[in-house]
Amino acid sequence: MNTLSALRSFGQWFAEFRQPGRGSSWLVGILLLVTLTMSAANLLLPADSPLYVSTYTITLMGKYLCFAMLAMAVDIIWGYCGILSLGHGAFFALGGYGMGMYLMRQIGDRGVYGNADLPDFMVFLNWQELPWFWFGMDQFWFAVLMALLVPGLLAFGFGWLAFRSRVTGVYLSIMTQALTYALMLAFFRNEMGFGGNNGLTDFKDILGFDLQADGTRVALLLATTLLLVLAFLSSRAIVQSRLGRVIVAVRDAEARARFLGYRTEHYKVWLFVYSALIAAVAGMLYVPQVGIINPGEFSPLNSIEVVVWVAVGGRGTLYGAIVGALLVNYAKTRFTALMPDAWLFALGALFVIVTVYLPRGLAGIFERFAVGMRREKHGEKSWRENSGQLSAGEVSA
Amino acid sequence: MNSIHQLAGQAREVMRRDTTWPFLIPRRRMVDVSKDIILYLEDLNVSFDGFRALNNLNLYVNDGELRCLIGANGAGKTTLMDVITGKTRCDSGSAWFGQNIDLLAHDEAEIAQLGIGRKFQKPTVFEAHTVFHNLELSLRCGKGVWRALTARLSGSERDRIDEVLSIIGLESSRHQLAGALSHGQKQWLEIGMLLAAEPRLLLVDEPVAGMTAEEAERTAELLTSLAGKHTVIVVEHDMEFVRSIARTVTVLHQGSVLAEGTMDQVQNNRDVVEVYLGEGA
Ligand SMILES: Nc1ncnc2c1ncn2[C@@H]1O[C@H](COP(=O)(O)OP(=O)(O)O)[C@@H](O)[C@H]1O
Ligand SMILES: [Mg+2]
Repeated sequence: MNTLSALRSFGQWFAEFRQPGRGSSWLVGILLLVTLTMSAANLLLPADSPLYVSTYTITLMGKYLCFAMLAMAVDIIWGYCGILSLGHGAFFALGGYGMGMYLMRQIGDRGVYGNADLPDFMVFLNWQELPWFWFGMDQFWFAVLMALLVPGLLAFGFGWLAFRSRVTGVYLSIMTQALTYALMLAFFRNEMGFGGNNGLTDFKDILGFDLQADGTRVALLLATTLLLVLAFLSSRAIVQSRLGRVIVAVRDAEARARFLGYRTEHYKVWLFVYSALIAAVAGMLYVPQVGIINPGEFSPLNSIEVVVWVAVGGRGTLYGAIVGALLVNYAKTRFTALMPDAWLFALGALFVIVTVYLPRGLAGIFERFAVGMRREKHGEKSWRENSGQLSAGEVSA
Repeated sequence: MNSIHQLAGQAREVMRRDTTWPFLIPRRRMVDVSKDIILYLEDLNVSFDGFRALNNLNLYVNDGELRCLIGANGAGKTTLMDVITGKTRCDSGSAWFGQNIDLLAHDEAEIAQLGIGRKFQKPTVFEAHTVFHNLELSLRCGKGVWRALTARLSGSERDRIDEVLSIIGLESSRHQLAGALSHGQKQWLEIGMLLAAEPRLLLVDEPVAGMTAEEAERTAELLTSLAGKHTVIVVEHDMEFVRSIARTVTVLHQGSVLAEGTMDQVQNNRDVVEVYLGEGA
């Protein structure tokens, strides 16, 4: 009798906290463990050891984790607030350009033209002096500040205009696509002063450390992991607070929330800015690892790919976005090695399959499994069916 | 010289110690019902593409009253609620909440914070949240982003939620997801959400649609018990239900008030018999 009531109170306690995103700390543990092990295997083992992890793999992993962070940014806004942004690549790329500008200035006189005052592409274009928006970018702190400020302000301005005029659904998604497309066209132009078609590349150092050195690569991977974990924890804190519940309320019944006194557009704008900042951080970490940033990163297709990662992993869970991004990108690396041209078709097929058969993504499978276990344990009523309906409704909305 | 004097005058005006700067005046003012009337609607007109949904509508509601609005489909009942709650802008007319608050100057969120709660025609609750969290989100408190991020439930707020849960009879479902509730329970939950916000005026659009007879009876009890402490305006089709709760009934027809009085008076009114009761009851 006593154990029964204890079980029930545990069930109630659990029920109160079964907000999406809770109970996923194991993911943090695995991420830290894997990256630390990989780093140790790269630095400590000799290259001919069977357990040696190549620097190429380290960098590849770092790149995946940047994508995972970008996917999480999209999940926060799409999965929790129902705003399908097809333009988050823009914030990612802007963050990347900020970091790229810093890395460009770090080259100093080691460029092809040996000009300490101007990056190579400006010398090539016969420019005489540095444009004003490049000033200060040789300072790391200033570059980081700009790489956050510019995407943040852009997200604020865009969100303010769009959400205050109550633009929603498909129209909003199209506007985000237009945003990233417009930026792509602008950055393609040489006159913009961001290296045009070729973008920014040939980086040498970051904070005085050689970018080609194994130690730097490992440090970048660890920094990426750490920031991903931090972003994950802060996002989880947000979605589990009352703020997170208001956001989900706005997603499911915006009018109801408004008539309860919530300024829903404010919630959307701030969440959009937060999400854009995370995307920008991801972009900042991405550039030193892949060694290049060019306007292709603004391509509308990139932003759509991110949405597929999130859909595969399962939206509205945070950890699903991370898992989805890692898996799909690993598959992409494998697949493009075999059939480079077929990847887009595979991606499209994947999206269709997930939308039709797995509306809640891999996280949905996982949770159904977990709930089944729990139900066996204490005969709790299923609640998944209902949320399943909910997401079906959102898909059609 | 002259302009300096002017400037100094303005500065003195701004710094006067016996007045408060406008932006410091609290936005959430208490509604003034010293004349015992809580809602004044005068000469309201709303048209959609030339169709007049509200047509010179005049309506006064006393403080603490339970008022029923009846009228055929399309008579403009929901549109009237839309105007009161700031969802629809009216073309002309005035809407005052008490003596002192001009409803037409506020938007939905502000009107909600002023103390007007609204239940939708179609029950609308936050399906992905538990019953408890639905009520938590409805509590009367700061609704800003920062407040929501740092909010913790206080003991008195918890008590308030428990109280509302017992009023609407959903204590046993407190941890259930709202989406898993039955249709009638959702209606009650939505009424409970309004109560958690402690509004002065409740607008309840078709509360018993889709309810069983017993459920409707319980809803009638619930609504009558609310009158007095709150002012309640109920829109309903179900004549049986209206008869069971109404003290004063207002009949809407084609966007304006056709008759007003007790149920018996209204049912014997010639106009009403002609245009409305002729078809149905
Ligand atoms: N947003 C709108 N656009 C166009 N017509 C509307 C709109 N809202 C209501 N109407 C029309 O106004 C009339 C009154 O509607 P409503 O207030 O919903 O009636 P009811 O009394 O049944 O609640 C109906 O004829 C409806 O078609
Ligand atoms: Mg109606």
